Amino acid sequence: MAVTVRLPGALRDATGGKTKLEASGGTLADVIADIDRRHPGFRGRVLDEGGKLRTYVNVYIGEDDARANGGLAAPVPEGSEVMVIPAMAGGT
Amino acid sequence: MRDRVRGTILERIGGTPLLPLRRIGSGLRGELWAKLESANPGGSVKDRPGLWMVIAAEEERRITKDSIVLDATSGNTGVALALVCAVRGHRLLLAMPDRVSLERKRIARAFGAELVLTDPLEGTDGAIREARRLASDARYVYVDQYSNPANPLAHELTTGPEIWAQTDGRVTHVVAGVGTSGTVVGISKALRPNGVRIVAVQPDDALHGIEGWKHMPTALRPAIWDERVADVHMTQSTDEAIAITRRLAKEEGIFTGPSGGAAMAAALRVAREEAGRIVVLIADGGERYLSTPLWE
Repeated sequence: MAVTVRLPGALRDATGGKTKLEASGGTLADVIADIDRRHPGFRGRVLDEGGKLRTYVNVYIGEDDARANGGLAAPVPEGSEVMVIPAMAGGT
Repeated sequence: MRDRVRGTILERIGGTPLLPLRRIGSGLRGELWAKLESANPGGSVKDRPGLWMVIAAEEERRITKDSIVLDATSGNTGVALALVCAVRGHRLLLAMPDRVSLERKRIARAFGAELVLTDPLEGTDGAIREARRLASDARYVYVDQYSNPANPLAHELTTGPEIWAQTDGRVTHVVAGVGTSGTVVGISKALRPNGVRIVAVQPDDALHGIEGWKHMPTALRPAIWDERVADVHMTQSTDEAIAITRRLAKEEGIFTGPSGGAAMAAALRVAREEAGRIVVLIADGGERYLSTPLWE
């Protein structure tokens, strides 16, 4: 299933300069794996050594916080937008 | 400054506790002391520049009855400005990245602030760009914490002298994170002439979770920032910062946010290498992060 993924500038170096890309997968884990296949190392930027979302990375699928919807198992419907956001915003 | 706000809650800004840490740095060469900025009425170190920037704008007669005070913030400065503007009777508009923690938005609104939410993918830099755009309207008084000399001045005239007095002049190092850089720049001006070594700490990656800190190589550079104010520049990982944040609560009873843990993690590295009385600035409290994964 095709979805759109939007990334912060802080992850641009992990995706060859792209902050918006297309990906496929039925769950958030599938989507991250799909991006990692094309951009090796991406997975390690957003997931920790235990394979969980890093505490400082928030992911929204549409308007929903993925953490509140199953985490990596959260379903990603066809055509939805996945947004990866640093948990903080820099400066205060 | 206290005369200007006497009889109000703003009089309680500053004068925060400085406490020795007994367990977390046990056995290290340096002794660690924590400056607890969560004791400010607005709950963070940002009360100091928030107060000074608004009072400076009042004294410069930039604020009239029709003015709206404006700034870009991801949180603590917004809460501080909201508190100060509530007491001083000013309207306030905050440009803030959408999806910042719920606590910050609700506290700022509780004090009467209005919010304009910006693209979360652009972080605080996106909020800064929105504030700059809005500032072309003459109604707005853009206090601009990243460029305002009253920001470091607040620390030069309050935080730095407090640390000096509370340690009876025996402080040897101050460790603090760099966000707007006001804390580091101001404390440096106050204490470096006395021989205190200033340690400035930044996140080690553009993608980080240390609220309030800036990864300078990839961020909009604050006009008040000057690398030369620090004797030592360090970087800090978020993962270690979070681990130390949790240890501070369990071992010292200090409930803080990720930036407090990050500053302490850097200070622990200093204390392993150098003797002396090392003061660590703990910028805020942990309550402000209860809705984030930090405390899950």
